[in-house]
Parts: sequence; structure tokens; C-alpha cells
Amino acid sequence: MNNLTAAQRVKLARTPGRPGTLDFVNALFTDIFVCKGDRLGREDPSIFGAIARFHGKPVTVLGHRKGRTFEENMKCNFGMPSPEGYRKAQRLMKQAEKFGRPIITFVDTPGAYPGLEAEAGGQGEAIASSLALMSALTVPVISVVIGEGGSGGALALAVGNRVLMLENAVYSVLSPEGFASILWKDASRADEAAGIMKLTARDLYQLGVVDQVIPEPEGGAHTDAKAVFEAVNQALTRHLNQLNKEKDLAAHRYQKFRAMGAVREEVEP
Amino acid sequence: MQPLFRSRRDRLDRLRRQREEAVEAASKRESIPQSGTQTCPNCNTECTNAQLVQTDYVCPNCGYHLPIGAYLRLSLLLDPFTFRELWAGLTAPNALDFPGYESKLVAQREKTALSDAAVVAVGKLDGRQAVFVVLDSRFFMGSMGVAVGEKVTRGVEYAKKHRLPLVIFSASGGARMQEGILSLMQMAKTSAAIEQFSRSGGLYISVFTHPTTGGVTASFASLGDITLAEPGALIGFAGPRVIQQTIGQELPEGFQRAEYLEEHGFVDQIVPRSQMRETLSQLLSLHRKGVFHR
Ligand SMILES: [Zn+2]
Repeated sequence: MNNLTAAQRVKLARTPGRPGTLDFVNALFTDIFVCKGDRLGREDPSIFGAIARFHGKPVTVLGHRKGRTFEENMKCNFGMPSPEGYRKAQRLMKQAEKFGRPIITFVDTPGAYPGLEAEAGGQGEAIASSLALMSALTVPVISVVIGEGGSGGALALAVGNRVLMLENAVYSVLSPEGFASILWKDASRADEAAGIMKLTARDLYQLGVVDQVIPEPEGGAHTDAKAVFEAVNQALTRHLNQLNKEKDLAAHRYQKFRAMGAVREEVEP
Repeated sequence: MQPLFRSRRDRLDRLRRQREEAVEAASKRESIPQSGTQTCPNCNTECTNAQLVQTDYVCPNCGYHLPIGAYLRLSLLLDPFTFRELWAGLTAPNALDFPGYESKLVAQREKTALSDAAVVAVGKLDGRQAVFVVLDSRFFMGSMGVAVGEKVTRGVEYAKKHRLPLVIFSASGGARMQEGILSLMQMAKTSAAIEQFSRSGGLYISVFTHPTTGGVTASFASLGDITLAEPGALIGFAGPRVIQQTIGQELPEGFQRAEYLEEHGFVDQIVPRSQMRETLSQLLSLHRKGVFHR
């Protein structure tokens, strides 16, 4: 799978049959108790939340949900959360901290929903407060980018002590289409944009944004989902064991994100 | 001892003079010329630049707040001779090897005399010391790349360390596209810094100015203890054009303007430029005892 172009990986990451958050949850966890609602007036199905057991130990699981059928797609807004979804995630993260449960998140979204109600409801504030809250959690947080990691809407579930990424998942500041239309006023040049955006798992590993790339079978995750579940299972187990030895998980996470991006101290201009 | 003191004092004087000259030079470079006219983008009234200097670049006819640069903004707020800029020459490399980015940066630096889109300063407002971070929309639309993220984070950490209040003026088109994923990571970095500052008991006043969108709205700008906005400022996560394309209908009048955000509960008060200094002074005074009680 080493010879795929970035644009080909974007297509794989968006393949409809690719395992999504619910598939990972059902394969890796037991005793699943689904938690709904932001307690402020709405349930946003585009963010899945549950308490479950991972190898016998209780954890909180969160993840973007795109839905399988067209009906589900519509209900989940194609995986584009509204502010209420992020506020539900915040509620469940605080709850996880209260009960000392590790948090595992699955990232798979084209981005936060750019709609009228979403803006009126404070999409920016909802993402910002998620980032702030997540950065300071005292429990272990592991995020796995399983498909599309689209912009702030993805990051709001990905401020983890570890950020893992499937080989053909992508993670970027903006979709290649959006990128091409901003830069060249031409969304049809998305493939070209993907090529220069550094959005593949390997690129992000080299940039230090991602801690581990989890290999996928030839042809993509959907061709042998079981193998992918097992690889993610092993990675989660290993990182969770490592993080359990970490004394100050909030400080660890702060330092991790504090180090993102090198600077130069120049005197001029 | 005497010569030592004298040389130290001379050096301090020299540094102070250099700084003052730098601010003066920068504000000269960015301010609109005293002669000539320009047209208000909102009401199309022709205003003389002499008039605009008098009104702090607010249209005398309709009250439209023209965007202003970081140094000019600071000169409207700070007590004379209290300005001290921090990390003025900080820049970020082209970490993603983005084609043509370096030459664009050079052009932006020549145009604005800024090293990147944020200015961090320590200064006094009505005698009260505070840390100020001001984004400058003339530089790459105020977009946040690694340099802006680092300057904001250092400003926040400095305020925490020295137990000073923090005031951030945002004006940003969002993430710096050319720095890709590293721009995105600045959202987490800056928000994490604000969270630590907040938990240490520090006061953070966030001021939205026109326009603030994308990654800046979705990170530090939305995390203030007190949130202010200039009248008419466009504030949002997604840009209006993207929203219009998504929903396929016209956006309502006033959508994503400061007044709209105030109505929806995301801004404490809308403060005209002419009252900003007074308002900040009041807020700093109200928190004088309360800051860092923990
Ligand atoms: Zn006007």
C-alpha cells in the first residue's frame, strides 16, 4: 500500500464500506452502554458516545458517526457534528474524568457542520471549549483517526495523549476540495491539492502530529475489517498500558501539543 | 560601581528609545496617510484621512469600524511609553515545503513590516499592567500558522508566569492554509494554554474584531472570561460563502455579525472603538483584587 497517491488515500478514507466508529466499537468493546444528549436540549447522533469495557476495564468511547444507509447518513448529517454534539462529548469527557475512565475516541468526519443553526448555536465556541477541556483531562486519552480527519471538527475529538492513524486515513486543516477552491478558486483541482497538503498518515507521522500509523490490508480497511480491528486492538492496548504509567497525563498532553510546530527567533524586521 | 550603573542606565535608555522609535515607525507605516480620502466600504461615503485619524478609523457617517493594524490598535489603548513588544522577530519555517510560501511571506513582510500576523506586548492601560496580543489582518488575513500560535501561547504563558491579566484582539481568516495540519494543531496548543491560564486564576478578555472566522474563532478567541466585540464585526466558524453553498439559500441580514452573536449569547458586550480603552480599564479595575486569588 506504499505506492498509493495522497488523492487515492483520500478516496479510500471516504469509501462507503470502510469500517466506521460503530464497527470499531462493536468489535473492540463489550458491555456497551450508549449515552445520548447534551443536557441542554438536543441529541446529535453524529457524535457517538458510550461507556463500555475494553479488555474488561470500563472506558468512555466517543466517535464521529456518518451512518451506513442513506437514512442514517441523513440522521447523522454525514458525520458533520453540530455544537450540541461537541457539548455532549464534553459532558461525557467530564464524566469519564470523574469516574477515572480512560477515553478512546474515533475520528471520522468531513468537518463540523457549516450551517446556519450550527453558527447560531456557537460552533466555534463548542469546538474551542472542547479543545480546552480535552487538553486538561487527568485521564488517559487515545484518539484514532479511522477515516476522514476534517479540520477543527476532527481535532475537537483528537486532543489525545496518543493520536493514532490508520494507514489510509487522512487528516487535514481543510478538505482537499476546500483547499483547492481557496487557493486556486477551483475545487476540481482537489487531487492536486491532496498531493501537496501532507494529509496522509505517513506525512503526519513524519511531522510529529501522529504517534503511530496502523497498517491496513492491501485494498484498504474495508477489504479485511477483522484484521484492522485486531491491529487497532493491539495498538490501543499497548498505548493504554504505557499511559497508565504516566504520572501527570494533563501535563503530558499539554507538552505534546505545546511542541507542535517549530519556530525561528529572528531579529528582523 | 558608578560606571557600571551608568552603562546599565545608558543601555536601558537606548533600548527604550529604540522601542519607542520602532512603534512610531511601525504605526507610521501602517496608518493611513493624513492627506487624501478613502471610501467607506459600508456606506460608500468619501471620508478624508484627516477625519479618520480623528475618529480612530471609524466612518463618521455610518459608524463602520475600518480594520486597523496591530501597532495602531495598541497605540490607541496603551499609556504612552509603556509599550514593550515581546518576541517581535519570531517566525515559522515552511515546514510543509509548500510551493511558493516563502516568497509570499517575504512579500507580506515587506508590505506590512510585521514578521507575522500577531503582535505580543506588555504595557499599561490606565496604569494597569497587562499582556496584549493583537492579530493583524493585513498580514495573510491574520491567519494562524505556527508563528501566530506560538506567539499567542507564549503571551498566555507569560501572563500566567507574571500573574498579569491577558487581553487578546482577534482578527483572522482562520488557519494558515500553507502550514496545513500544523496550523490546525495551533488551535489545540493555544486553547490548552488558555485553559491552564484560566485554572491558575488569570483574567482573559477576548475582543473580536472584523473579521474573525475559522480556527481562531474555534480556539482561543472563544475562551475569554469576558468576551467583547467591535460593532459590525463578522464572527463565525464557517465563512458565509461556505454556509451559503452548503444550505443553498440566502443568509439572513446581519448573520454572523457581532450583534447577532450578542443576541445568541456568545458576546458579553459590543464596544465601539471609541469606548474600548475605557471599557478595558473598567474590567481590569473590577478584577484587580480577584485576579489570581488561587
Ligand atoms: Zn460608512
